[in-house]
Amino acid sequence: MQPCTMRVIPKGGLPLALEELLPAHGGDPHQRLRMAYARKTREGGLEVLYCLSQGTGIPYLMLRVSPDQNRLPSLANRFPAMGWYEREMHDLFGLEFEGHPEPYPLVLHEGTAPVHPLLTGPVTQPLRLSVEPPIVPAMIGPEIQRLPFGPVRADVVESAQFLFFYIGEGILHYHPRLFYKHRGMEQRFEGASLMTGVILSERVSGTDSIAHALAYCQACEAALGRRPPSRANLIRVILAELERLTNHLHFFAELAKMTTLKVADAQGHWLEEQAKQINGTLTGSRFLRGILCVGGLRHDLDLSGLHATLKSLERDTLSYLGKLEETRSFLDRLIGTGRLTREVAFDQGATGPIERASGVDRDLRRDLCYAGYNTLRFAIPKQSAGDAWARACIRRDEIRESLAMIRQCLEQIEPGSIRTDRMNADPDPLAEGLGWAEGTRGGLYYAIHYDPEREVFDRVKIKDPSFSNWRVFPFTVQDSNLMDYAINESSFGLSIAGADR
Amino acid sequence: MTNWAWFGLRAGRLTSRWPERPGSDGQSGILGMPRFHPERCTSGCSDCVSACPSGAITKNPDGETGIDYARCVTCQRCTEVCPTGAFETSTDWAFAVRDRADLVFGVVADAPSDPRGQPSRRVPHALKRSLHIRHVDAGSCNGCESELEALLNPLYNLHRLGIFFTPSPRFADLLLVTGPVTIAMHEPLLRTYEAMPEPRFVMATGTCATGGGIAGGGYACHQGLAGLLPIDLWLPGCPPNPAAIMDALLVLLERRPARVNRGHLEVS
Repeated sequence: MQPCTMRVIPKGGLPLALEELLPAHGGDPHQRLRMAYARKTREGGLEVLYCLSQGTGIPYLMLRVSPDQNRLPSLANRFPAMGWYEREMHDLFGLEFEGHPEPYPLVLHEGTAPVHPLLTGPVTQPLRLSVEPPIVPAMIGPEIQRLPFGPVRADVVESAQFLFFYIGEGILHYHPRLFYKHRGMEQRFEGASLMTGVILSERVSGTDSIAHALAYCQACEAALGRRPPSRANLIRVILAELERLTNHLHFFAELAKMTTLKVADAQGHWLEEQAKQINGTLTGSRFLRGILCVGGLRHDLDLSGLHATLKSLERDTLSYLGKLEETRSFLDRLIGTGRLTREVAFDQGATGPIERASGVDRDLRRDLCYAGYNTLRFAIPKQSAGDAWARACIRRDEIRESLAMIRQCLEQIEPGSIRTDRMNADPDPLAEGLGWAEGTRGGLYYAIHYDPEREVFDRVKIKDPSFSNWRVFPFTVQDSNLMDYAINESSFGLSIAGADR
Repeated sequence: MTNWAWFGLRAGRLTSRWPERPGSDGQSGILGMPRFHPERCTSGCSDCVSACPSGAITKNPDGETGIDYARCVTCQRCTEVCPTGAFETSTDWAFAVRDRADLVFGVVADAPSDPRGQPSRRVPHALKRSLHIRHVDAGSCNGCESELEALLNPLYNLHRLGIFFTPSPRFADLLLVTGPVTIAMHEPLLRTYEAMPEPRFVMATGTCATGGGIAGGGYACHQGLAGLLPIDLWLPGCPPNPAAIMDALLVLLERRPARVNRGHLEVS
């Protein structure tokens, strides 16, 4: 798989191999299991792939494991972040993970017909589902109250159910039940062409259209040996940073809303609207869709007016952020709220602004540089307090960096071709590729298995940053109080569509 | 300390007077549904059919092109692959219709008829200037939610039209559904509908809800709302922009005319 190092693990050799690769304590924060997924091989068997990051500038290591009669040892006790990946593989492929600490359904809810949809071949009818309550720890004690909230919740929000177990104001246990919105997006890629794949990836998580399409395109380009021209790479950076800017403005508007600052809420959403309009004028889509394709861009963009329009948005944005920082009630609600320690962030696999706010210094734009980021100078903001305010500070500083990066791109960009339609690099012999991008919400990955003869995909795995961060989030809710919940949730800036796929 | 009240007063009025009076709709340059010119379709190829990722374009045995805009995700692929320019990009995003058939251009072989054969009902006079909406996300990509939230920003300020979102289905007149309806959201969606008092109306918002979009089918999704609930207003778009949603709500309330006729938007 390009551009990774590949190692085939013999049956039963997985725990030992990981013991060697990942030291128990004090290891490099960059060495970590990033994701795991299963696929059907052309011979009809199952294969599980584990993706390990090895450090700055070092390619990912992919471990290929053949399960013994669809059974594998669970890694979740040793690497908690693997817990959800294993449960997903169980639901979709029927793999058994021995010794899993939480062997419950995840992606397909309790009550779903006992079918493993990615194992049995194309399932074209919706699975039957009889509604059943989720499996949660039993709470004993008459004073403990149970509040199920959702999946249809107040306001215009995404669907998910949150279960609170609480006494008075204090939350004892919190269980987010996600995957109400599981659309089976990975299955939609099976049999899709390269171009259809772009359209699909843009619609996995609507507000992260560019990050998804970028990771997808880069995975395909690695597999098929296509290197996009430099103009395309710089425009990709501009689009990715415009998306980050738009999402971060939305983030501050939501924080202002949760802290009941009515004018700051209105002003934040107005700034977000202006960013969306800039996106729309530039590309024809407020979500920057319809530009990226495998090999470069679908068409060129007129960047002439961008500098001037961003300048006025930048002035208003910086003044807005300064005003928020001078609002005592805003700071009061954020400082100390939802604290996430470095250890939990690392062990549970936090990513993006969440891990950087808890002192884990990692950003794919710098660590495993892609697109045009190698030609730019930028800083990666870092905080260590791990509270809601630290998470806001990361985004505040990233807004400045994004605007500076766009300016640098506009200064150095030159006319030229925007797409490579032919092979100009070494392709992968198996037509497999891994692509990544640092989206607004963190690192996201696409692993693709392409069939060049039929020109369609066999399997595409999507790892969205919110899938990682939703797993981490409950650790900051337990033992907190109900009044802080909404602010804490906003400070994580999670996407449910991305996590559920 | 920031004096937000003073800041707000100094910022003045941002809200557009559109659509009831002249003003900006905020959508300059936004692409909508591709426009089809049958007279230019002369090459005899079917590149548009194979390029369309959501099966919105079909050809019958006579080679006539049919377009089901309820399934169009506005990816603009047809406008790129057509060798004779029969498909053209447009800014036709105001695509709200009461009758499903108005989203179909030409003849579409498997075009679903209106589910349950129920025609769109008229909204009672009392609701026309005071409508309460319960939104349900039945598996969208979050694009539609992002644009629905935008309706509450100062530019669009939906409240000025007497239209509000309400937390409880008990107070709602309109069920606004996004997403292709996933298996897990099917039951909560129906229960929300059942909790609404009569008269109740349903609006399918976004291409996932009107025709399944790119997510419909497969093991986890239905093909949108069709066949699950009686639909009174259809608004395809991927996602429909805030002005399109606002236009659609006013079409439902008969404060704006429906302008889409058999897959054609009449431009005023």
